[in-house]
Amino acid sequence: MAEILKKVDVVTVGAGWTGGIIAAELTKAGLNVLSLERGHMQSTENFNFIHDEWRYGINYGLMQDCSKDTVTFRNDLKELALPYRKMGSFLLGNNVGGAGVHWNGWTFRFMPYDFEIKSRSFKRYGNKLGDDYTLQDWGLTYKDMEPYYDKFEKTCGISGEPNPLAEKMGSFRSSPYPQKPLENTKILKRFESTAKEMNLHPFRLPAANSRSGYTNPDGQELAPCEYCAFCERYGCEYGAKASPITTVIPKAMSTGKYTIRTYSNATQILKKDGKVTGVKFVDTRTMKEYIQPADIVVLTSYVFNNAKLLMVSEIGSQYDPKTGKGTLGKNYCYQMNMGTTAFFEEQFNTFMGSGALGTTCDDFIGDNFDHSREKFLHGAMIYSVQSGNRPIQSAPVPQGTPSWGAEFKKALNYNFTRNIFIGGQGASLPHKNNYLSLDPTYKDAFGMPLLRLTYNFTDQDRALHKFITDKTAQIAKRMKGVKSIKKGSYLKNYSIVPYQTTHNTGGTTMGANPEMSVVNTYLQHWDADNLFVVGAGNFQHNSGYNPTDTVGALAYRCAEGILKYHKSGKILA
Amino acid sequence: MQDNIIDRRSFFKLGLLGGSVVAASTLGGGAVLKAAELTDSPKSLQTKSNKIRGRIFFQTQTEFDTLSAACERIYPKDNQGEGAIGLGVPYFIDNQLASAYGYNDREYMQGPFMDGKEEQGYQTPMKRKDIFLEGVHALETNAKKRYKKSFSSLKGKEQDEILRDFEKGKIQTIGFKSSYFFTLLREMTIAGVLADPIYGGNDNKNGWRMMQYPGAQMSYIDKIASDEFFDIEPVGLADMED
Repeated sequence: MAEILKKVDVVTVGAGWTGGIIAAELTKAGLNVLSLERGHMQSTENFNFIHDEWRYGINYGLMQDCSKDTVTFRNDLKELALPYRKMGSFLLGNNVGGAGVHWNGWTFRFMPYDFEIKSRSFKRYGNKLGDDYTLQDWGLTYKDMEPYYDKFEKTCGISGEPNPLAEKMGSFRSSPYPQKPLENTKILKRFESTAKEMNLHPFRLPAANSRSGYTNPDGQELAPCEYCAFCERYGCEYGAKASPITTVIPKAMSTGKYTIRTYSNATQILKKDGKVTGVKFVDTRTMKEYIQPADIVVLTSYVFNNAKLLMVSEIGSQYDPKTGKGTLGKNYCYQMNMGTTAFFEEQFNTFMGSGALGTTCDDFIGDNFDHSREKFLHGAMIYSVQSGNRPIQSAPVPQGTPSWGAEFKKALNYNFTRNIFIGGQGASLPHKNNYLSLDPTYKDAFGMPLLRLTYNFTDQDRALHKFITDKTAQIAKRMKGVKSIKKGSYLKNYSIVPYQTTHNTGGTTMGANPEMSVVNTYLQHWDADNLFVVGAGNFQHNSGYNPTDTVGALAYRCAEGILKYHKSGKILA
Repeated sequence: MQDNIIDRRSFFKLGLLGGSVVAASTLGGGAVLKAAELTDSPKSLQTKSNKIRGRIFFQTQTEFDTLSAACERIYPKDNQGEGAIGLGVPYFIDNQLASAYGYNDREYMQGPFMDGKEEQGYQTPMKRKDIFLEGVHALETNAKKRYKKSFSSLKGKEQDEILRDFEKGKIQTIGFKSSYFFTLLREMTIAGVLADPIYGGNDNKNGWRMMQYPGAQMSYIDKIASDEFFDIEPVGLADMED
């Protein structure tokens, strides 16, 4: 029998960015919050010896233990899904702070176009992609989102500069970036001058790697970035990268109203008479089961686990691709990375950098260009970033180099400091056959089914990917001093093996009505008004930007919604 | 230690005081954070190599010699410097096979096991320690069959021919594809050349030195905006221990 613990005002499942933001905002308002976290406690102090590519970069030292829980995967409905036995395609976080500890810090707002993608696309192009693409508006607009973006960016102390295309995109900022952009470099200047020659509109990438010393509105301090080149897959040893453990979690702790219960793996959301009553979890140190009762439950774990918890708890209606009915698991989207590597004779300090030290342009994203003659909607940001190459993971060699032997060794060593990558990050639009459901065969360490991912790239994806890949090659070819280029290959079937991106979205979508979404625009579940689900799972599609800014903004909106609900006890939208 | 050099531990003490790093940096040109000095490590540490090493996985000399010869073909000694053997890569792999890597410790190893598409990733119940063991045996068996000699005593070209057949998946093995073994062997050889020397490979940081990678430097804040290329003496994690 599970032991029943003392009731709290609010319980969150997970203590990363979303759980941390909820905890900070609600405890400031006087509520008691408890987070269940399956991993261990960690702080900046844990990362003094983080400069270890083998431990953290290659063997995923900060990531989820797949022996306990993972997903299964198949390309399409007819195939048998098999377990994602070792991490590859995406990296799931673990421990207090979650994936917010090992992110790179790229902090983009989505465009006004994104939030109204269906109505805006249909208005300009008609139903261009056909009914197999399940495009949806998000139920709110950029204008609604702006205050929450502003709040998250101030929490993180984003270092950035205005986007020259902002006006054209209909974007606006209620206040400038909190800090000026990160230092500029020879690599980035080379990209910038080439982009300008080609009439593109480059600007410095908005970064959560702090330019200077910064104190955020909560009174939390960030140190200046040292450009040490260990961001993605690593925790920041300097407390310079904004993360839940440098900002919102210590803030929540300082109120005395916040508890994080570590080694606690949630297995079920409990419900009674149209409300949820608490969370069942296992203490992984003893394997003993507990029930944490709460007035309000907030799912703040990663995309996959939020969806899985709803599915195993039978809350909401499972999406069925054959009938198109149901919303839970629908509109799962990924993202596409494309690009070209340029090789030079001159040397660059490729090994220095910071996660979001970069320059980018928005000329080919969203609806910033005419799609009438293209076979796709949306697009990609095009960038160059100097996050700091590490030798095992990122040492490119020119086209035609053998993959081992004497010639390989020579090329590996010569080119490590002689390359620049021009990349694109492409939007992903939902398709009726890409979705999340429970696996009928494979189970996790707690006896619950694994989540099943059914996904493949679509014709839309392939057309977009080719278009942007060609653009990156055009830029790379024109760079001053370039000796040769290696263009990335066009899209084949989605494979879960090589790392691509951790920007998984959808499955617990938000919207204006229960027919088209799992939660409303305050991230409140349509079927249980004291249950909130927040994260990138709320996205109706994925833009060509990194999701964290939008995730953070949604968490602030969710916190506001919870406080309103706490007072009124009513459904909010 | 000179007055103007702050060691790593003192640096972190500064940071952990809470806000003192921030305060120092905003003073501008203060004495506290001179990153150029922070990145210098004592010269005496730079010549030390991994003297303490030994096998903890492979039980026979032949297995270890076969592995060593195969790694050397992937990353050979040349006029730039040592190859895989000279850098200690076979010991790196051996040691890894005896630990979490070899035992697939943090991976989903529950059945049922079924052959999947390439896009679904490996689906074998075999742990990597056993794949390496069987793979190395298969290299040796193949050498004996083709040339009546041990793999490690073959000429480079002969070894390459066998390795290429493994790479192409042409060699019969039970429970895993020979191409999968080759992929692991290649990945682990490169990792052994380029991982921090604390793991037993990249002897004396020479794998890094050959590609001008400076290793685990603490900071590039004073260099990042410069157009100059910096050829910096590498630092490893062991150099940072007190």
